[in-house]
Amino acid sequence: MTLNAIWFWVLGGMLIAYSVLDGYDLGVGAIYLWAAKGDEERRTALNAIGPVWNGNEVWLLAAGGMLVVSFPKVYASGFSGFYLALMLVLWFLILRGVSIEFRSKLESPLWRSLFDAGFWLGSFALALLLGVALGNVLRGLPVGADGTFAGSFALTLNPYALLTGLLSLATLAWHGANYLRVKTEGALQERARGWAARLYFVVLILVIAATLMTFRVSPTVSANYHEYPEAWAFPLVALLGLTWGFRARQAGRERWAFRGSIVTIIGLLGAAAMTVYPNLLYSTVNPDYSLTIYNSASSEHALRAALLANVVGMIGVIIYTTYVHRTFSGKVHIGDHGY
Amino acid sequence: MDVAAFAHRIQFALTVMFHYLFPILTMGLGFFIALLSTLEIWKNDPRYGAAARFWARIFAINFAIGVVTGIPLEFEFGTNWSRFSAYGGGVFGQALPLEGVYAFFLESGFLGLFLFGRGKVSHGVHWLAAMGVAVGSLLSGYFIVATNAWMQHPVGYAVDANGAIHLTSFWQVMLNPFAGWQYLHTINGALLTAAYAIGAAGAYYLLSGRHTDFARLSVRLAVIAGLILSLTQAFPTGDMNSRNVTDYQPLKLAAMEGLLRTRPDAPLAIIGMPDPGDDKLIDPVYVPGLLSFLAYGNTRASVSGLDAYPKDLWPPVELTYYAYHTMVGLGTLFVAQMALGLFLLWRRKLERARWFLWTLMLAIPFPYIANEAGWTATEVGRQPWLVYGLLKTSAGTSPTVASGETIFTTIGFAGIYALLALLFAFLVGRVIVQGPDETKAQEKGAPGAGRELVS
Repeated sequence: MTLNAIWFWVLGGMLIAYSVLDGYDLGVGAIYLWAAKGDEERRTALNAIGPVWNGNEVWLLAAGGMLVVSFPKVYASGFSGFYLALMLVLWFLILRGVSIEFRSKLESPLWRSLFDAGFWLGSFALALLLGVALGNVLRGLPVGADGTFAGSFALTLNPYALLTGLLSLATLAWHGANYLRVKTEGALQERARGWAARLYFVVLILVIAATLMTFRVSPTVSANYHEYPEAWAFPLVALLGLTWGFRARQAGRERWAFRGSIVTIIGLLGAAAMTVYPNLLYSTVNPDYSLTIYNSASSEHALRAALLANVVGMIGVIIYTTYVHRTFSGKVHIGDHGY
Repeated sequence: MDVAAFAHRIQFALTVMFHYLFPILTMGLGFFIALLSTLEIWKNDPRYGAAARFWARIFAINFAIGVVTGIPLEFEFGTNWSRFSAYGGGVFGQALPLEGVYAFFLESGFLGLFLFGRGKVSHGVHWLAAMGVAVGSLLSGYFIVATNAWMQHPVGYAVDANGAIHLTSFWQVMLNPFAGWQYLHTINGALLTAAYAIGAAGAYYLLSGRHTDFARLSVRLAVIAGLILSLTQAFPTGDMNSRNVTDYQPLKLAAMEGLLRTRPDAPLAIIGMPDPGDDKLIDPVYVPGLLSFLAYGNTRASVSGLDAYPKDLWPPVELTYYAYHTMVGLGTLFVAQMALGLFLLWRRKLERARWFLWTLMLAIPFPYIANEAGWTATEVGRQPWLVYGLLKTSAGTSPTVASGETIFTTIGFAGIYALLALLFAFLVGRVIVQGPDETKAQEKGAPGAGRELVS
C-alpha cells in the first residue's frame, strides 16, 4: 500500500471513529426532545454524554488537522467551496456545545427549555448536514482545472445529498437511541427502545434507497467495486450490523443493539470510502480535474513525518479514551455531579 | 488591499481575538488548579481543594466557550485562506493535527474526569486528571504557537521549480527558533492573567467581607505569583522574543518601536505618535540609546528604521506601534502593581489595604488587553506577509468566496459572539456571587463534595 493510500485510510478511520463516537451523542440530541420527557430524564440523557461528548468532538478536529497536512489541496478546495454551508455547521456546533454545557446551570424552566431546544436543533442539523456533505463528495463536485469549485446551496442541496443526509440523521438517531438504552433505565430507556425500534426500519429503508441511488448517481462506484472486489466486505459488515440491530430490538439486548449500530456505521462509511477511492473530490466537469490521493497530497517526506507523529499520539489517545469511557460506563444516575 | 482579502482578515481577526479571550484564562488557570490540587494533598488542607473546585467551575465555563469558538479557526484555514492552506499545508500543517492528538484529547478527556470523576476515581487519579488538564492546556498552546511561528519565520522547507514548497525537516518546523520564546512569552501572559483573575476574585471577597479564608489565600497567591510572572513577562521572555523579531523581522521591530529612520544609538520611544507621512514621532519621550541596547546589547549599535525598506513592504505602522506600546506599557504597570502588593503582604497590610484591593479587582480587564495587544502587534506587524517573505496575505485567500459572503458571515459571528459574551459574563458572575463551597471543604473527600460543581 502506498503512503498516500495509508493516509486515505487513516483519514477514513478517523472519520469513522468520529461518526461512531460523536455519532451517539449527536443521535441522543436528535431524538432528545421526544425521547427524554421532563427535567430528570433530560438531565439523565445529558449526563449520559456529558463527560465524553467533548472528547468525541475532538476526533473531528484532529481529522481536520490531518487533512490539512496530508491532502492540503482537498482541504483548501473543499472547505472554501462549501464556505457558507460550513459557516452554518460552525454555528450549529457553537449552539450545540453551549446548550449542553450551560443548560443545567440554572434551575429556571425557561432557561432549560431554551437550551434543550438548542441542543436538539444543533444535533439534528449537524447529523443531517454531515450526511449532505458526504453525499456531495460521493456524487462528485464541479471541480475546475484549478482544483476549486463554488458550492452554492442550490448545488449542495441536491436530491441525492438530501437522501444521504436523511440516512445520516436516521442512522445517528438510531445509534443515539441505542446508546440511551445502554446508559439509562426505566421510562427513558423504554422510550429509547421504542425510538430505536422505529428508527431501525427507517434506517433499513434509507440504506436500500441510498444504495440504489448511489449506483445511479455516483460516477465511480461501479468501476471501484468491480476493480476492488474486497470492497464488498464493507456492505457485508453493514449488513451484519443491521442484522444485529434487528435481533436486538427487544428489551434486555441493549449492548447488542449498540454494537449493531456501531458496526452498521463502520460498514456504511467504509462502503462510502470505497465508492470514491482513490478520489477525494471527484470532478463532474472533467474526471482529469479530480483531486485524488496522489495529485492533492503533500510531499512524501511530509506524509511520512505526519504519519509517524500522529500514529504515536493516537495510540495514547485510544488508551485514555478507553479509560475515560470505562470510568463512566454503566447506568447514569443523576444527583451526584453533572449536568 | 482588495475588499475580499480585507473581509477575510476582519473575519479572522474577529474570530481569533474573541476566541483567545478564553484560552488565555484556561491555559493559565489549568496550572493554578493543578497547583491547588497538589497543595491540597501535600498540606492535607481542604481549603486548597475548595479553591481548586471553585476555579474549576470558572475553568469549565471558559473551556466550553473556548472550545466552541476555537473550532471556527481550524475551519477558517480552509474556508478563508484556501490558497495559503494549499500552498503550505504540508509544512505548517504538521503542528495542527498534533494539537488535537497530543493536547485536546488530553485536555477534554481529563477535564471530564476531573469535573465528574470525584467519587468515581481515587484521589490519586483525580489529581492526575488535574495535571492532565494543565499539561493538555499548556501543550495545545505550543502547537498553535509553532504554527504561528512558522508564519513569522518559515523554516524546514524547500522551494521546488514550480514555486511550491515541501517539508524538509519536521523537527525544524516543530522546534522553530522563533517558537520557543514566543511560546514562553504567550504562556507567561496566560499565567499572569490567571494570577490577576485569582487576585481580582480574592480582592472582591475581601472588600465585600465574604469567604475571607478563600480570599486571603487568593490575594496572597496572586501577588506572589503575579510579581514573579510580571517580571518574567518582560525578562527573559519578552526581551528574547523581541531579539528574535530584531533578527528575523527587523521591519516589524521598526514599526513596533516607531523607528522611522535607521540610526546608531537608537533611542527607545516611551510615548509618542508615529506619523509615517512625515518620518517622525509626534511629541515623543525618548530614552537615548536604549533601543540599540535592547536589540543588540550595545547602545551604539545601528538599528534599521522603516526607511531602510520599500514602503510597499511596511506593515500598518500606527496599529503595530500602538498595540505594541499598549502591551509594554501595561506590562510595566503590572510589575509596579504586583510589587506594591508584595510589599504590602510583607508589611502584613495587604488584606486591610482596601485601596489596593480595589485596584487589584478593577485591574482584571488589563491583562486581557495586554495579551490581545501583543498578538495584534505580532500579527499586524507581520503584514503584508501571510508567511513572512514567502506569501503575501492577499495571495492566500479563498478565490471562490465572494467578499459579500465573508462580510455576511462576519456579521453573523459578531452577533453570536455578542450573545456568547453576555452568557459568559452572566454565568461567571453567578459563580463569583455564589462563591467557593467552603462548607463542603470541611467534609473533605466525602463522595459528593463539590457536588454543585457544574449542576
